[in-house]
Amino acid sequence: MDSANFHILMQLLLSGVIAGSVYGLIALGFVVIYKSTTVVNFAQGEIMMLGAYFCYYLVVTHKIPFLPAFVLTLVFSALLGMLVEMVILRPMIGEPVFSVIMITVGLATLLRSIVGLIWGHDTLPFPSPFGDATFEISGMVVSPTEAATVVSAVILFLALFAFFRYTKLGLATRATAFDQRWAFLMGISVRKIFSLAWAIASVVAAVGGVFLGLMGGLEPNMSFIGLKVFPAVVLGGLESIVGAVVGGLLVGISESLAGGYLSGWFGSGVKELSAFVVLLIVLMFRPYGLFGKKEIIRV
Amino acid sequence: MPSGQFKTSYRDDTKIFQTLWVKMWLALLMACLVVFPFFAGQYLLYLANLVGIAVIGVLGLNILSGFTGQISLGHSAFLALGAYASTLLTLRLGIPFWLSMPLAGLFSALCGLLLALPCLRLRGLYLAIATFAFYFIVEYSIVHWNSLTNGTGGLTVAEPTVLGFPIDSDTKIYFLILSLVVAGLIFAKNLFRTETGRAFIAVRDNDVAAEIIGINVVRYKILAFMICSFYAGVAGSLYAVTLSFIGPEHFTFLMTIEYLAMGLVGGIGTIAGSVLGAVFMTALPEAIRLLRDALSTHYPFLVSRMSDLQSGLYGLVIILFLIFEPTGLFGVWLRVKKYWLAWPYSYR
Repeated sequence: MDSANFHILMQLLLSGVIAGSVYGLIALGFVVIYKSTTVVNFAQGEIMMLGAYFCYYLVVTHKIPFLPAFVLTLVFSALLGMLVEMVILRPMIGEPVFSVIMITVGLATLLRSIVGLIWGHDTLPFPSPFGDATFEISGMVVSPTEAATVVSAVILFLALFAFFRYTKLGLATRATAFDQRWAFLMGISVRKIFSLAWAIASVVAAVGGVFLGLMGGLEPNMSFIGLKVFPAVVLGGLESIVGAVVGGLLVGISESLAGGYLSGWFGSGVKELSAFVVLLIVLMFRPYGLFGKKEIIRV
Repeated sequence: MPSGQFKTSYRDDTKIFQTLWVKMWLALLMACLVVFPFFAGQYLLYLANLVGIAVIGVLGLNILSGFTGQISLGHSAFLALGAYASTLLTLRLGIPFWLSMPLAGLFSALCGLLLALPCLRLRGLYLAIATFAFYFIVEYSIVHWNSLTNGTGGLTVAEPTVLGFPIDSDTKIYFLILSLVVAGLIFAKNLFRTETGRAFIAVRDNDVAAEIIGINVVRYKILAFMICSFYAGVAGSLYAVTLSFIGPEHFTFLMTIEYLAMGLVGGIGTIAGSVLGAVFMTALPEAIRLLRDALSTHYPFLVSRMSDLQSGLYGLVIILFLIFEPTGLFGVWLRVKKYWLAWPYSYR
């Protein structure tokens, strides 16, 4: 491999890591919700998008500086997540999986149309507070926004990891994930844990959404990026937080490589498609994902 | 004289028409449907055609998701496959519509078989994701296989003929669709009086238990996928004829959501519910349009956001029905019927 090809490969890998860290963030929220409430949230991408639009609304329409606007966005997202859990998901406890999946699909449709109704369908440019001056790392071009994305993703991963590993509340969440009834009997307020899980997931998704908006502008179709979490979690396993992050990175990198090397033969859409093809193949051989826990079903 | 409807044999229990009254009301409905196109205007007729197509499509989805318990998020892919198959068979090979439509159904069923194979061991979330991935692959193929599907440019559908007769007016299409709806309803109703249909229900209720009592789960899951996609394929080819132009924008993920909403609103796992859901969800955009026209004097921006209003209402309807009325319109109908059966002593 000569140096020019190697350079292209490295650049593709880098952009894969950048996109993958956003996917990882969304997948992380998905896994947090699934782990503690066993709800499969098809609206993760829409919650991400709503966070991004809310931040845009504060920064661009109301001219609030980026940092306070960002903090307000996180508060808004946490409240949104708790509200969704309380109003929509709580009545569904004990209902069949089909109904729970369908209600989140309904929620996704509703949220997407709300965004479309308020902000329209044109791409809205979201000026980056980090400036436009790009810099180079050993020959690879990186914008400060992209660097900030990766850095904040890493910080969030570490913070959440520490939260689940070392705090009392994190332990309670893990206990609830392990067995809701036992957790309840041990004096853990399962209701609060459910709210907390949705709040965390929404906040994490909103961070991903804001950075995604800074990199590529805002439009309602960005919510479809939320669907990328499915290949990511299937690759990484539904129960594992580390797995979600690894899965997100893998999806980002494989997409970037497919876009770089395969779109010449298959057209531009192959980038979005590749993850789903990999997903179908993986599911064919490992029906619970690569690292998923095999369920034992009793009659 | 019996004071209610009591069944004294299994034959009674599995009758299609439970009482004489049901038969009479259905005959009356049928008569109304036959004379309907001679009184209805152009637009109402078009809507009726859409309802008919939706009934066929949602019946398929109900057989797969409602009766066999396999979640499918790829329904619009099957409709697209059917629409493109019948259109292309007519355009490229000159096969008349009355042949290309069942062939499109079969092609769609074959694709259903292909999807069923990797999905056999999947359930719940993983099944939803896999069918969703299938939708993406079909959509990608339609957009990018330019030489076959003309990509985003779409295809103009040739005028359909049935046994040499041209189907050139909305009225004729109406009768074509009506006869297929009736056939589809009778097939579905009868399916669940047979061993196959009961096996489907057993697989839905508990697939492990079904396997233990000797039901070949693999076979019935594949069969359910194929029947579902056959229905969807036929619905798709009729959709193509009704629109007379098809493109990838007609078969979006929103269409899948619309069909799922029809199933849920009507009553998941009921045949009559499919009809109710199809009527309700086709009438809903019309209601929204009226609402929009009423509001547009005060909120003019709503006119350009019609599609958002519509999809938002789909989402809202799904959520509200799942929370407040999980048995759907059919459940409401049963409750109302029960109330009036014993009126005024309705506290039994």
